[in-house]
Amino acid sequence: MNIGVLMRAVPDPVEELELSADGTDLDRDFLGYVLNEFDDHALEEALLLKEETGGSLTVMAFGTADEVTQMLYTAVAKGADIAVRLGEGLEPLDARAQAGLLAEAVQAGSFDVVLGGVQAADELGGQVTVLAAAMLGWPHVSVVVGVQPNSAGLRVVKEYWGGIMAEFSVTPPVMLGVQAARQPPRYVAVARIREAQQSGALREEPVAAPAPSPAVRVTALRLPEAGEGAEMIAGDESAAAERIAELIRGSR
Amino acid sequence: MSGNVLVLTEHLQGAFTDGTYEALALARRLADSLGGEVEAALAGPGSLAPALGGADTVLVVDEPVLEFFNPQAHPRVFSALVAEREPAVVLVPYTSMGMEVASEVSVRCDLPLVSYCTGVSADGGLSATCRLYAGKIEADVDVPGQRGVFALLSGSAPAAEGRSGGRGEVAKVPAPDLSDLQVRFERLIEPTAGDVDITAQEVLVVVGRGIESRENIAQAEALASALGGAVACSRPIVDQGWLPKTRQVGKSGLTVKPRVYLALGVSGAPEHIEGMRGASVIIAVNKDPKAPIFGVANYGWVGDLFDLIPELTDRC
Repeated sequence: MNIGVLMRAVPDPVEELELSADGTDLDRDFLGYVLNEFDDHALEEALLLKEETGGSLTVMAFGTADEVTQMLYTAVAKGADIAVRLGEGLEPLDARAQAGLLAEAVQAGSFDVVLGGVQAADELGGQVTVLAAAMLGWPHVSVVVGVQPNSAGLRVVKEYWGGIMAEFSVTPPVMLGVQAARQPPRYVAVARIREAQQSGALREEPVAAPAPSPAVRVTALRLPEAGEGAEMIAGDESAAAERIAELIRGSR
Repeated sequence: MSGNVLVLTEHLQGAFTDGTYEALALARRLADSLGGEVEAALAGPGSLAPALGGADTVLVVDEPVLEFFNPQAHPRVFSALVAEREPAVVLVPYTSMGMEVASEVSVRCDLPLVSYCTGVSADGGLSATCRLYAGKIEADVDVPGQRGVFALLSGSAPAAEGRSGGRGEVAKVPAPDLSDLQVRFERLIEPTAGDVDITAQEVLVVVGRGIESRENIAQAEALASALGGAVACSRPIVDQGWLPKTRQVGKSGLTVKPRVYLALGVSGAPEHIEGMRGASVIIAVNKDPKAPIFGVANYGWVGDLFDLIPELTDRC
């Protein structure tokens, strides 16, 4: 099975976010980027699928930033065969533009299944995997929590809410938006990543400039006010524990 | 183009979701601004149509394959309806089903899409308020083209308002070709019972990413035990395999309404808040003073949860 995985660098969710001077974007000068955690799960599920079906696994990411390159080498160290950087030094792209680039790369790659994270925290314009599938005329399944080979091609489990899930049989090609892999993403030793850097698995894919997206214009971003709505407890941990214990007792 | 607002509804096990009714409530407000009507698209059993009395017209596409959500069939049916009806605004709940529908409809119908919406306005052009970066940033967004698809986070309007107030006229619509589907629905999988029913607890100690490791959860367990409650968690903890799915609160987990909800190191992404906002007393502890959880909590303390837990356990 020819498997593709989309990997995206996103602002580190544990970092404090600052706004740009004009207030319509993040201040990206000092922003730390990490692999989108759902994409990490997509990679894990893809590695499991490759182990079960054989075939080839290609990871794809936008841009040439150091974080992107590092992410791709880490994926190679975990078991990906080919890593592709799409485009050069791309500015942050909206979801529709990312989907356009992904669709182009997928078309060139003759994949059976392409997996990506179900969402990213900055996907204002929609889910990239679903948008790309629609552009390609492929079916898609999102919020996926398990993929396994079956007689139709793939057995895919999708999560709804309240713990309810649905099982689908899917004939490839298909695009999957992964919520969680069947097991937590694996770790890989730094030495293996260094080996991957020497492997020659990384290649560049020239991509055409993305087509303009239908107009959606961000006019302002805001950080929520600190403690908006909550009565903030002052003092050290001892004072806080005293007050919280009192609140819990008082709630009875 | 009409000034109508079309809601793409979603149903599971014979009932529409709260998200569908919230969308219908918002649709009524928008239709009033635009001088149009509220339409609801139902892809599934026509017998469900009477429950969509919040719409003026219920467009029913009833085919056996649409009885259960199919991520290939439903977006195709909805895209055909949007292309034919040309509404000014399309509203979709931002859920496991809706996120597949909204994105595909926007591509197939070449309409702009705005996700993560907490509100949509049609006064002086289309605009929306959105919550990005796991709830850490709010965005104001303009859609200059007069038409758009909006995917709504839970809580965008009161669901009760969307249950009635329309004419509820039913119109049957033929389905597009669905003979070539590559995706086949097999079955629903019901949740298995967990060791602890977190929906029945009076006190929940809820751990998020800030708990840092599987080993540290023992400290939360000790606190929960001292309080006579149980430990629950946000999604990243389950994804890491540190706690079972049955302990997860939020959109893809369980909805809880305990007397006390003590959130330790939970940032408060919209998907999490959706499952806990009904708790009576919400107390949040987080190192980040800007964590969105403080926006929904009754009480908050900014500090290190590992300093607080032993102090609090001693006092309970």
